[in-house]
Amino acid sequence: MNVEFKNVNKHFGNVHANKNINLTIPSGSIQGILGENGAGKSTLMKVLSGFIHADSGSEILLDGVPVIMNSPADAIKHGIGMLHQDPLDFPPMKILDNFLLGMPSSFFPNRKEATQDFNLLAKEYGFSLDPENYVDSLTVGERQQLEIMRLLFLGVRLFILDEPTTGISTAQKEKLFTTLRKFPEQAMTVIFVSHKLEDVESLCDRVVVLRAGELVGELTPPYQTKKFVEMMFGKEVTLGERQSAPVGETVLSLNDVSLEDARLKIKNINVEVREGEVIGLAGMEGSGQNLFMRACAGLVRPVGGKIQLKSQDLSGKSYHVFKRNGVSFLPAARLEEALVPGLTLTDHFVLAEEPRGIFIDRVAGQTLTQERIQSFNIRGTPHTPVESLSGGNQQRAELALLQNPLSLILLEHPTRGLDIESVIYIWGKLKERCKQNASIIFMSSDLEEILQYSDRVLVFFSGKISQPLDANKTSVEELGELIGGKGWAEIGGEHA
Amino acid sequence: MLKSRFSGLLFQIIALALSFGVVSLILISIDASPTEAFRNMFKGSFGEMRKFAEVLVAFVPLLLVTAGLLVTFSAGLWNIGVEGQVVLGAIATTWVYRYFLESDLPPALIITLAILGGMIGGAIWAAFTGILKVFGGVNEIFGGLGLNFVATALTIYLIFGPWKRPGVASMSGTVPFPDEFSLPLLANLRISPWALGIALIAIIIVFFLLQGTYFGLKLKAVGKNFRAAYLLGIPTWQYAMYSFLICGALAGLAGAMQVAAVYHRLIPSISSGYGYLGLMVAMLINYQAIWAIPVALFFAALNIGSIQLPIVMKLDSSLSGVLQGVLVLFALLVEGARQKFIKKGQNT
Amino acid sequence: MTQETILIGLAGILAASAPIVFAVLGETLSERAGVINLSMNGTILLSAMGGFAVAYTTNNIVLGFLAGMLIGALVALIVAFASITLNQSQVAVGFVLALTCRDLSYFLGNPYMGVPGPRLQAMPIPFLSDIPILGTLFFRQDAITYISFMAIILTWVWVYRTRPGLMLQGIGEKPAAAYIRGANVNLMRYVYTIIGGALIGLAGPAFSLASRAGWMGTISGLDGFGWIALSITIFGGWNPARAAFGAYLFGFLQWLGLVLQPVLTQVPSQVLQVAPFPLMILTLLLVNIGNAEWVDRTLAAMPESTRKFFAKLLRAMRASPPAALGVPFERD
Repeated sequence: MNVEFKNVNKHFGNVHANKNINLTIPSGSIQGILGENGAGKSTLMKVLSGFIHADSGSEILLDGVPVIMNSPADAIKHGIGMLHQDPLDFPPMKILDNFLLGMPSSFFPNRKEATQDFNLLAKEYGFSLDPENYVDSLTVGERQQLEIMRLLFLGVRLFILDEPTTGISTAQKEKLFTTLRKFPEQAMTVIFVSHKLEDVESLCDRVVVLRAGELVGELTPPYQTKKFVEMMFGKEVTLGERQSAPVGETVLSLNDVSLEDARLKIKNINVEVREGEVIGLAGMEGSGQNLFMRACAGLVRPVGGKIQLKSQDLSGKSYHVFKRNGVSFLPAARLEEALVPGLTLTDHFVLAEEPRGIFIDRVAGQTLTQERIQSFNIRGTPHTPVESLSGGNQQRAELALLQNPLSLILLEHPTRGLDIESVIYIWGKLKERCKQNASIIFMSSDLEEILQYSDRVLVFFSGKISQPLDANKTSVEELGELIGGKGWAEIGGEHA
Repeated sequence: MLKSRFSGLLFQIIALALSFGVVSLILISIDASPTEAFRNMFKGSFGEMRKFAEVLVAFVPLLLVTAGLLVTFSAGLWNIGVEGQVVLGAIATTWVYRYFLESDLPPALIITLAILGGMIGGAIWAAFTGILKVFGGVNEIFGGLGLNFVATALTIYLIFGPWKRPGVASMSGTVPFPDEFSLPLLANLRISPWALGIALIAIIIVFFLLQGTYFGLKLKAVGKNFRAAYLLGIPTWQYAMYSFLICGALAGLAGAMQVAAVYHRLIPSISSGYGYLGLMVAMLINYQAIWAIPVALFFAALNIGSIQLPIVMKLDSSLSGVLQGVLVLFALLVEGARQKFIKKGQNT
Repeated sequence: MTQETILIGLAGILAASAPIVFAVLGETLSERAGVINLSMNGTILLSAMGGFAVAYTTNNIVLGFLAGMLIGALVALIVAFASITLNQSQVAVGFVLALTCRDLSYFLGNPYMGVPGPRLQAMPIPFLSDIPILGTLFFRQDAITYISFMAIILTWVWVYRTRPGLMLQGIGEKPAAAYIRGANVNLMRYVYTIIGGALIGLAGPAFSLASRAGWMGTISGLDGFGWIALSITIFGGWNPARAAFGAYLFGFLQWLGLVLQPVLTQVPSQVLQVAPFPLMILTLLLVNIGNAEWVDRTLAAMPESTRKFFAKLLRAMRASPPAALGVPFERD
């Protein structure tokens, strides 16, 4: 299917999210769309997949015919299907029900027939999914496979994939790419949206780069990474030298700690974290790193073993005891878990300080807030409710809320969804903390971030945890294989 | 623009007009004159001093309950169990009075003890809902409702069982207490200035508690985002329990007032639905303490004004409940419409 | 007690539970789509009064039932409009309607207090009613009880076996995912809330024209059933069959209370009358306690075998609501 964007514009209020986009994607190609967060990639794809209308005057042509799509379902009728970053499926339901849901069928769907269709299609693409299994037992990669099958069965000819390689293993990524490479043979078109250079380079026939809503250029192989970076950021960006603070005494030690939740068991963890050290946790979503981190915060109680903080035994104690002893936990879901929507920045800073007396001194609270706003470069006023801050500013506010001094800072996806400037700023602030002897444990699905900023790395794979790896001596490829469950014998870090 | 305070007021007036319109239509549909009904209700509440005193009698428990509910609403809790907490306050007060019936202690002390007893009774009943919520995961709406029915049954059981009148038990309640057990009333009127004063002090305290204290801010944080409040270091479940205890104590105080200043005994319908009505008041004032006094007074006036409807116009006195309900409903609908307009205004 | 009296007693439970069955099925449908209709207690009273009044005035019992359904649908429409279109809290609107409809039923029902009116008669089905045991249990009931049986089956089949039912599950679970599969989420929420409301509205006349015929105002004894039905919906885990089972279980317990009253003379009758409410709290406790945080912490401190046992037990009891229950949906 041939796709043509003609003068596509999209405004949200005053924000010009897509500026005069003109682009032709020939049938049977794999088109990459590269750009930073906020560059306008998602908006463009939402226009193409029927989620939103572009401004009037914009045109989309499929095989030369102008089309208007009013909903994603409408887009599917035109043969356009989208694979979302967080799979839009129904975790508590069966795979077969997920497959059937929304499929044109008779009033009483014939489950037997559908199962046959499903298995046939799965075989064709080499996916092994049991239709009677429940979706919540699948990995993100498998859920993508299910979605691909569903869209194929619906007759989709143009696949849009939005950041599909986040949170999946190298093996699953290879599988996904193999599948996608088959599509052009059948005259199907793929649009691959990403901010990961290496993925785009290895998969796409042609790549366009978006920056600040504008299409700034188009490239074809052989690709030059430097060129991409220049186009994406408008300048050369350096992440800075890897820097490590001198490592001191042990802050946190886990002795034979065993963890358990409804899905996962991790047995006999032995780890020591030292002053000023940064530990990165790598793994596919749900491989145990969340459980590990929450246990380090006192939010999950270990079923066995000992957790010590600066030689004080905190096993079985609650999060608030950990917090009083200098542990801080910053969850990924900012407005769900970290901040209180409806309260202002001042309210937050007042809450984070030790109360003085019964009544709140509003003036002092505002002065303090103003100071922090300046020193953390937050775009907002003391009276701004936190929910109206942008993601990057919310993350800065969270860091500004941290007490001083701290022994241990735990962060879930500290830079997810942030622009590169914010990422560099936030890591600058975190490294300052390390110089003040705080240790940091963080998890991220961005392997490059893990290798760039950590001293040592722990890899998680379905409840197994590796020995700490030296980040200096590990490559992205090695890490990618490990999170997919390969190469564990070589590192010898496998626990029973 | 629609954002201004003026527009808020304008929309509230629209809500008020719509409510009276709808209730008028209901009245017309059963061949009753709306103007006459509203006139009778006004006359029945503000027509003479004696009737206005009755309005104040209803105002006291309603204001106390509303004050308590503002605290639980701040913590994000729907304390429907407030009705039962009023009842348990009344039961506990009655129990204290009965305990000291033969004692030589000064009456003032006994009254004080009885009122404190009522507050404790209400707080304990609220604690049940709180424990079910915090430790059992039972939504406070269902826990509270169940306990309301249990509280009513307990009253009836006591009146017809252990606390029954000598001779034959009846729906008229337990034996009235001696006069010296009553809070002092104004001459020839049924209203106690003490009760009125206590209710006003309660709402003022709640206002400052929620506006200016660390406690109030923490409670709000718990109410708006339980999870984040916990991670910010607030002992969340303790705060949820405090709010239940405070609300229960204020509701219990309302029940104590019903016994000590109004009925001087325990009767089956001791709470008269003030708990549920308080929830309506709290919703209508959009959980802002500052409006509690006028709205509670208005609702109390509707309740008292409707009492004579059955006699004068052969209409059921539940008309006041209908009017109150329709008012709150339109307030919610109109507020929703206003927000929708604001949003539209921002998008274009 | 002879076998026959027990059978008749059980058949009586099936008939007496019909109103609650309608109410829980209606609420299940509504909540499956993501809308909590908390007005149930008031809706049942208002439709009981309205249904009775219409049947009494027109002397047509069918019109009475239809009037009840219409009332239920209208109240549900208000809930849907306030929550879906105007984005107001479902709990707040539902609660206000619960009280308002109750007062309205007392206000408008005043002239019908205690008047003798029409009542649905038993309608034994030829042949089937002669089957031993089953005949007495199922086939000597009145029409509305038969309809309640069919409603259970139809609702279950609809939710779990039909194409629109599958979509309904999706809408309550993840509206955004249902939307990309072609569902008009908010329209469907309106539709299911209104259909659910009509079913809830059927509960009223099922009382006032059948199992508890007549209108007695505040002493009708119907106040409270709506709240019970709401908790049975939770107990039923949003599965129509399990919810209906809950309704019958509740009916059985009530019947047991009546039967045991002469035996347990030392237990005051007030205690037996309110027994359903503590029971309701207890069942909610059983299905919800697994969600409490302290349970996880306590479990973690237990030895492995005990931990496994309790974890399994809790998981079996737990009922998890549709993920998007009470969450508004806006495309994009």
